Amino acid sequence: MSLLPVWHYVVVVALMMLGLYIVIAKPNYVKKLMGLSLFQVSVIMLYVSMGRITGGTAPIYILDDGVPRPFVLYTNPVPHVLMLTAIVVGVATMAVGLSLVVRIREAYGSTEEDVVAELDRREVEEARARETAVPPEAERAAP
Amino acid sequence: METAITMVLFGLLFTTALLVGRQRNLFAATMLTGIFSLVSAGLFTVMEAVDVAFTEAAVGAGVSTVLMLATLSLTEDTERRESKVSWPALIVVLLTGGALIYGTLDMPAFGDANAAVHQPLSRYYIDRAWDEIGLPNMVTSILASYRGADTFGELGVVFVAGISVILLLGHTRAAAAVAQAERDERPSVLSAERHAQVREMPVVRTVAKVMLPYIVLFAFYVQAHGDFGPGGGFQAGVILATAFILFGLVFGPKELTRLVPPQRLERIIPVGPMIYGGVGVVAMLMGGEFLAYGAFTPEHPSHGHHYGIFMVELGVGITVSAVMITIYTTFATRPRTTTPCAVLEPGEQPVPVGLAPEDVPELPEERALPAQEGMS
Repeated sequence: MSLLPVWHYVVVVALMMLGLYIVIAKPNYVKKLMGLSLFQVSVIMLYVSMGRITGGTAPIYILDDGVPRPFVLYTNPVPHVLMLTAIVVGVATMAVGLSLVVRIREAYGSTEEDVVAELDRREVEEARARETAVPPEAERAAP
Repeated sequence: METAITMVLFGLLFTTALLVGRQRNLFAATMLTGIFSLVSAGLFTVMEAVDVAFTEAAVGAGVSTVLMLATLSLTEDTERRESKVSWPALIVVLLTGGALIYGTLDMPAFGDANAAVHQPLSRYYIDRAWDEIGLPNMVTSILASYRGADTFGELGVVFVAGISVILLLGHTRAAAAVAQAERDERPSVLSAERHAQVREMPVVRTVAKVMLPYIVLFAFYVQAHGDFGPGGGFQAGVILATAFILFGLVFGPKELTRLVPPQRLERIIPVGPMIYGGVGVVAMLMGGEFLAYGAFTPEHPSHGHHYGIFMVELGVGITVSAVMITIYTTFATRPRTTTPCAVLEPGEQPVPVGLAPEDVPELPEERALPAQEGMS
C-alpha cells in the first residue's frame, strides 16, 4: 500500500465519525445506540489494526512435537486481549441502554429525543403556571 | 492479495455503516448492523485477530441483533422524522475526524513490525508465555493470567450490566398478568401467537431441534479448548446463551422460562465473579499474590497456571451465559407498553408499538398441499 502508509487509520476514523454523527444528529434513541455500536466496532478495529504485523500469524504458538517453533513472527496479542473483553462488555452495556429506551418509551410514549425534550419542557411550563397562579381560597383569605 | 481483501472488506463495512445511518426503517437498520458485525469479524480474521473475530461474530451478529429486535418489538420500528443534515453535528464530526487523522499521520504504517506497540511488553509476553504458563494460545495466557485482574474487572462490568437490566426491566407479578392480556391483542415476532405460528413451521422447528445440542456441545468445546486455540470463557458463554436464545425464538419465551426459571438464573449470575475472586483469594491463602496461580503447585508453577486459568475461564463462561440469557428473557417477556404514542401536533399520525405488519411475514392460512391433479 503505497497510497498512504496510514490508510487504515483514515478508514477507521471515517467509520468512527459516521457513528459519532449518528449519535449526535439522529433523534431516535435506538438509532443513537446503533451509531454507538458502529463507533465501538471502529475503535476495536483501530486497536486490532495497530497490533497487525505484515507476515505475522495468529498469536497461538506453532508447536513441533510439543515445543514451539523458533523464529515465528506472531501478531501482537495484547490488543486482542483488550478488545475481546471490550466486545462482550459492549453488548452487555448496550443491553442496559436498550432497556433504558424501553423504559423511556413506556414513560413518554416516544423514542424520539426531540419529542421527549418537548414533553419535558411542557411539563415544566405547566408546573410553573400552577405555582404562579394564586389559588382562589388563598386570595380570599389573604387581606 | 491480502491488502485487496482488506480494502474490499473495509469498503463493504463503510457502505453498510452508511446504509445504517440512512435507513429509517429500524428493522432494516438492525439487520444491517448484524451484517456490519459479520463483515468486521471477517476483517478481524484477515488481521489475524482470531479470538476477537470469534467474539465479534458471536456477539455482534448474534446476540446484539436479537436484543435490538426485542427492543423494537417493545417500542417502535420506524424513525418518525425525516432526518435533515444537521450542520452543527457535521461540523463537530468533521473537526474531530480531521484532528484524529492529523494525529495519526506520524503513526507507524499498517503492519510495521517495528512499531512501538510491538516492543517491550508484547515481546515479553510472546517470548515468555510458553515457558511461564505453557499454553499455546497466548491470548488466553494474557487474558486469564498476566492480565487476570483486568479481566476480573471486565467480568464485574458484565455482572453489573446484567443486574441493571433486571432492575430496569425485571417483571413483577402484576406486570406479568398485564403481559398476558396484552399479548392477546397484537401479535409480534416475539409474542406467544407468533410462536404458536412458528411452532407450526416444521422446517424451523426441526432444524432448531437438530442444531441445539450441537450448539451446546460447541460451546463446551470452545470453553475447554480456549487454552489451545481461539476461544475461552467469553466466547463459550455467548455461544451457550445463543442456544437458549434460539430455543426461545423458536419455541417461545414462555417455554424458555419454563426450561430455565429467571429466578434460578438470577442466582447463577454472581457465581462467576465468586469463582474468579475465590481462585484469587485461594492463591493468596497458599502464599502467592492475588490471581498468581503459580502458588497452587509451587514445585511446578505452570501446572498451577493451567488449573487457575481453567477455573477462571469457567467462572467467566458461567456468568456471561447467565447474563446473556437473563437479558434475552427479560426483554422477551416484558409486557408491551400501554402508554399511547406521544403526539405533539394534533394532525400527526401516532405510530403503533412494535414491529410494523409488513416486517412480519404473513403465514398462509391453508397449509394443506394442493391435491395433485393430472398425475395419474
